[in-house]
Amino acid sequence: MNIISIAYKNLKRKKIRSGLTIGGVAVAVAVLVSLLGFDKGYRQSLTSSIDKMGYQLLVTAKGCPYEAATMMLKGGGGLRYMEQDVYEKISSDSRIDKITPQLIATVYDPNKENGQGGFALYMGIADSYLTLKPWTKFKSGGWFSSETADEAIFGYEAAEFEQRLVGDKIFIPNINKVLTVVGIFERTGSQDDGTIFLPLKTTQTIFSLPDKLSGIGIKLKNLSDIAEFEESLYNEPSIQIISMSQVRGTILNLVSSAKVLANSIAVIAIFIAVIGVVNTILMSVFERTREIGVMKAIGASRMDIFKLIWTETILVCTFGGILGSILALLGSSVVEKIIKGVLPYAPSGQLVLIKPSLLLEALIGAIILGVVSGIYPAWRASSMIPVEAIRTGE
Amino acid sequence: MSKLIVKAENLTKTYKLLAEDIKAVNNIDLEISSGEFVSIMGPSGSGKTTLLDMIGCLDSITSGRLEILGNDVSGKKESKLVKIRRGNIGFIFQDFSLVPSLTALENIQLTLHFAAVKQETQKSIDLLKRVGLGHRINHLPRQLSGGEKQRVAIARALATEPKFLLADEPTGHLDTENSQEILNIFKQLNQEKGLTIIVATHDAELGSQAGRIIYLKDGKIVSK
Ligand SMILES: Nc1ncnc2c1ncn2[C@@H]1O[C@H](COP(=O)(O)OP(=O)(O)OP(=O)(O)O)[C@@H](O)[C@H]1O
Ligand SMILES: [Mg+2]
Repeated sequence: MNIISIAYKNLKRKKIRSGLTIGGVAVAVAVLVSLLGFDKGYRQSLTSSIDKMGYQLLVTAKGCPYEAATMMLKGGGGLRYMEQDVYEKISSDSRIDKITPQLIATVYDPNKENGQGGFALYMGIADSYLTLKPWTKFKSGGWFSSETADEAIFGYEAAEFEQRLVGDKIFIPNINKVLTVVGIFERTGSQDDGTIFLPLKTTQTIFSLPDKLSGIGIKLKNLSDIAEFEESLYNEPSIQIISMSQVRGTILNLVSSAKVLANSIAVIAIFIAVIGVVNTILMSVFERTREIGVMKAIGASRMDIFKLIWTETILVCTFGGILGSILALLGSSVVEKIIKGVLPYAPSGQLVLIKPSLLLEALIGAIILGVVSGIYPAWRASSMIPVEAIRTGE
Repeated sequence: MSKLIVKAENLTKTYKLLAEDIKAVNNIDLEISSGEFVSIMGPSGSGKTTLLDMIGCLDSITSGRLEILGNDVSGKKESKLVKIRRGNIGFIFQDFSLVPSLTALENIQLTLHFAAVKQETQKSIDLLKRVGLGHRINHLPRQLSGGEKQRVAIARALATEPKFLLADEPTGHLDTENSQEILNIFKQLNQEKGLTIIVATHDAELGSQAGRIIYLKDGKIVSK
């Protein structure tokens, strides 16, 4: 006869009440697991998104840094343009390992968004683009035939979405241009997946942006040179320089204020769960006053009673922890969707990352919750005087 | 002379209420020896339960002297009383007081578990057989009749092989037939095993079959 099975049978006596209390713990655990999972997942996918850009620094035309940071992650550079001679000037710097110019152009497409209209985005790139992202592979087709070809390469998702194959003709509205699809990239897990690429020179010509650039991506030979390198560009009047680590920090800052709110919700959920558990167990202790008195009369020690009630509490919380972990796992895709809708910037990849170790932590946390909230009810039960307890029930 | 189970001198229990003090047990002198079958009778409120609770070391005494199994319990609080009570005294209650979520077998195992007795299961089955419930071991209390429940309670009280049994109105919730059955078990335990049994009861039939009858009135013994 073991104490866990007795405790379990006691909980089963009031199924609905025990169930609701377990549910309360489960919700608190699920909220907490989702939040912690989000913290891990977001950091990780943000870092990997940034790493996949291939460059550590981005030079853009002067503008609002926040707007620039967001725009750049959405496809590269604020939509202000700088002169191409800046690129020529910078690229001779010996500290640079790799450098690539890019030009983003947008065009209003009345057919976009199911006929509601929206901006289509094109990105002009040069041969050096691929040297910064050596992992990029073609799913089909290949690189532009020349620097001025009327051709386009689709990112994986862009091609899927528009159902494009190599050889298709695409029509750019407003400027009335027809381009041929020559290549489709493999999935990279970065913003490139959703982008349509054109040759840089072609972009400059067809969008009437001669000798303009929207951004220059730079990878240095030595990471430690970043500060010094940035400083050397400060006196260029028309440009600003953004480092990726700075972008990462800025975005994490934006997200962390939202996290404070979410964390306080989690704390409140846990607090309510603890109150629920203590309340339920105390109630069942008081209901069983006479029974506990009889147990003491027939030989249960204070410790026996304490252990029994304590075990009941810990069981409730353990079940809650298990249920909450399952809820968090099942609900993570829903939470992910909600978060993606709310965040100022959502990197691609899994935002809510729930690892087994996190679930284990949650379960241990729930058990600790039970250990703590069980102390008072267990103490109350164990200090009942048998004769009073027995007479109470009569 | 046989060993004394209970020795009370000027035993008194006073309940202090706002308006008055109630002497539920008032200056009682009493001796009960090993092997006796004693019934305590008297009208409602005469102090039967109060006396039984003190003898069972469930309640502290107000004044006088009380020795249980040779231990002086005068002035002792619950933490000390539990040590005398455990394993030495078997309790039987009017409402059976089984744990409703546990089967007949488990109710007895629980007692053995508290007493840290090994081989709980086999001993529990044997005990249930002894009260004629070998075929009801896996029944929950609500699946048993009143008489069967009280027999489980007796088996539970016997589980730790106590020095004496205390029963407060054990047949109060039972019909004549079941009452007689309980009485027969008590008589058998007393005669065959020499077990000391102390019963508080309104039941004249039960009371009269005991070896000795103690009448209480207003907390005093009116005849032994
Ligand atoms: N906890 C208490 N506080 C105050 N008075 C009490 C308490 N318990 C019992 N009494 C009083 O003590 C007296 C004796 O009560 P007790 O329960 O011993 O009577 P009893 O002989 O067992 O009665 P019954 O046959 O109805 O069970 C009664 O007057 C009762 O009201
Ligand atoms: Mg009584």
